[in-house]
Amino acid sequence: MLKKLLLVTLLLVMVTGVSVSAQDGAITELNIWWAEWDPANYLQQIGNDYEAATGIKVNVVQTPWGSYFDRVATEWAAQGSAFDMVVGDSQWLGQAVTEGHYVDMTSFLNDNGITETVTPATLQYYGEYPADSGSYYAYPTEGDANGWAYRRDLFEDADNMAAFEAAYGRPLAVPTTWDELRDVAEFFTRPDDGLYGIGVYTQIDYDGITMGFQNPFFAYGGNWYDEDYNTLGVVNSEGAVGALEMYRDLYSFAPPGTNNAFFAEMNDVFTNGQAAMIMNYFAFFPALANPNINPYAADTGYFSMPSGPDGERYAALGGQGISINNYVDDARKQASMDFIQWFATEEVQLRWAQLGGYTCNIAVLESPEFLEVAPYNAAFAETMTFVKDFSNIPEFGQLLEVAQRYLHAYVVGGEGTAQDALDNMAAEMDGILVEAGYVTE
Amino acid sequence: MAQVNTVKPAQAAAPRPAARRHLSDRRIVQLFIFPTIILLILMNIFPLIYSLFLSFNEYSVISADAPRWIGIENYADILSDAQFWHNFGVTGTYALISVALQTVVGFGLAMLLRTKFTGSGVVTTLILVPMMLSPIVVATFWKLILNPSYGIFNYVFGFLTLLVPTIIGVIVVALLWGTLPKQLGEQRANIGRIALLILIPVVAHLVWRFVLSQEGTYGDFFTQVTYRETAPEWLGEPALAMWAIIIVDVWMWSPFVMLLCLAGLSAIPEYLYEAAAIDRAGGWFQFRRITLPQVMPLLLIAVLFRTIEAFKQFDLVMGLTGGGPGDVTETVSVQLYQLAFQGQFDTGKSSALAYIVLVVIIAVSNLYIRALNRAREG
Repeated sequence: MLKKLLLVTLLLVMVTGVSVSAQDGAITELNIWWAEWDPANYLQQIGNDYEAATGIKVNVVQTPWGSYFDRVATEWAAQGSAFDMVVGDSQWLGQAVTEGHYVDMTSFLNDNGITETVTPATLQYYGEYPADSGSYYAYPTEGDANGWAYRRDLFEDADNMAAFEAAYGRPLAVPTTWDELRDVAEFFTRPDDGLYGIGVYTQIDYDGITMGFQNPFFAYGGNWYDEDYNTLGVVNSEGAVGALEMYRDLYSFAPPGTNNAFFAEMNDVFTNGQAAMIMNYFAFFPALANPNINPYAADTGYFSMPSGPDGERYAALGGQGISINNYVDDARKQASMDFIQWFATEEVQLRWAQLGGYTCNIAVLESPEFLEVAPYNAAFAETMTFVKDFSNIPEFGQLLEVAQRYLHAYVVGGEGTAQDALDNMAAEMDGILVEAGYVTE
Repeated sequence: MAQVNTVKPAQAAAPRPAARRHLSDRRIVQLFIFPTIILLILMNIFPLIYSLFLSFNEYSVISADAPRWIGIENYADILSDAQFWHNFGVTGTYALISVALQTVVGFGLAMLLRTKFTGSGVVTTLILVPMMLSPIVVATFWKLILNPSYGIFNYVFGFLTLLVPTIIGVIVVALLWGTLPKQLGEQRANIGRIALLILIPVVAHLVWRFVLSQEGTYGDFFTQVTYRETAPEWLGEPALAMWAIIIVDVWMWSPFVMLLCLAGLSAIPEYLYEAAAIDRAGGWFQFRRITLPQVMPLLLIAVLFRTIEAFKQFDLVMGLTGGGPGDVTETVSVQLYQLAFQGQFDTGKSSALAYIVLVVIIAVSNLYIRALNRAREG
């Protein structure tokens, strides 16, 4: 009897305690979910600043990239409130918005003038859904895109310069077109010296090879679908075929063993001296500027994407925007908006950039402090004006799987022709979009 | 009855607490079993039945929408999809070759280790190490080992391609060894032997290289790995990627087959061999009529386990090739993973695919079990 009495008392105390703390209403802690990488650590430092300024503790909970989406998606399915904000991939937008997982931030971002502070391309790809709707669901947080790192010591070597000019009839310089890039890659491919011209993404596991291919694909006039979601004649256009042939050409100048390579492998082949140039997301360039990691750090230069045959330049978008969980209560939604409003101020964005985060704030991107703080920032600021993303409709996963399979089979496996690969890809993508109701047969 | 009589006075002497007084033996047994049964129902039976239900629905686990009944549409979609049949073919080919090689290598190792020798315990333990490692660790290490730039595999494989002609050369030298004094005289014979030891392997090697360089003579596989200007990209070339996975799988799991065969071999009564020896039975006859039939039940169990595992192969493939190049090494399990996760989250269709795989595995297992029963009866 005594035990029962004690148990009931304990339960009453717990219930009363919970209800008191719930009724209290004051938010003392905010939880942000992000993938496990350096920018998340920088955001935690920003969170610490926020705690110092407001007393609200910010926890940045990190999950390894491989299981990040799975974890977030599981929380969505449970309509859970384990996080207040999530720094999500641009590709998640369609699904998150159509299924109601994200808070509509349109009024909040417009009313506070935040939409005017970031570059239009980043607002469009990180925050807007559907395309051109003017509805925003995320604040562009970690701007990122593909760029290039190169060995300046090799480019500026007198013998190399003379040999290149003799072979190609023009001076050896940072390439400004994809054709020039190919020539430079070919020139530096010297298997006997263990040196190869270029490193490009070929990863098949998730989205690596598609992200890498998108750079020439968009520049050559290709696209994943037109405004009516037609893929036929778009994915497999003449320009797209040229871009795929170019990408395979580039892979032929890549170090052996890079047949399933993504950002980590790119930095590896560069730091071990195997590649004269590598493609990578800007987020991974800080490692190359660190002499403890990269023995060529002092001689490493950076440049943005070259242009296609018609002068078009595009860089495949990486990075993420921060969104608010629709399943937390109104007080927590408001507290999250307060944090984002503070985070979006120019002062905090400058601090974000100084820590190593890639800001999308126009004023900070143009400021001398930002441009000079890291050797790759100038190329990054330039790139952020011509970024373009993969599809972000809810069916992006199905489209991505098709793209990965055909691109890898052609580029790495050498199967068939570029035209065949893209024809088959376009047909399969069309089937997916027809089934999903975007296109009528 | 005697047992009951001896217990009763003891119970009377020390009465149990009130709550446990009414617990019968049967009740106690149930109390111990119930938690396990509840766990089993929650963790195995319910998901099994629920996933069967989901396989007849259009449903995504990350969607807020409830499952929508669509009958056998998921099954029809999968079975009419060319990609599924391709992946099924890949899985079947992989399982067949890999399990066959593991059986041969594992059984061979067991035969070698059957006779005890100094250090045989250490050797057996060392051979068993690969199967104790995590498949992802194995895949990561083998990626480095197979790297065409700095991996050691190509060096070792290159050495093996040299080894074959060298062995041929040594056999020729051994055959000529005794005849040399007769042909060259006793004094010159040693010089002749040294010359043969050097020349014949070199000549044999050159002939070997020439034979392998003839396109199509030994198929793509041999020409690609033995006669080429650049080191083979085991994980990046369509003709080699599947072989790379098979090599790693055989390296990792042959010890498992060896272990079971070793257990079978050690259980064979010695008197069978003694009786066979008295009857002047040859080594091959003893192997065929005694060793193989006696070890067969355990060998079949090893093959059954390995076949089931091979059909479910996922981690080695994902770790080594990710299913590439293209979809050359994409097994059904990799396809299942892509369908169930990887941005698609098609829970209904992936459940249907999982059930198709389950049915195939049950069918194959049944064939093995029948063979196993026949082996036991025979």
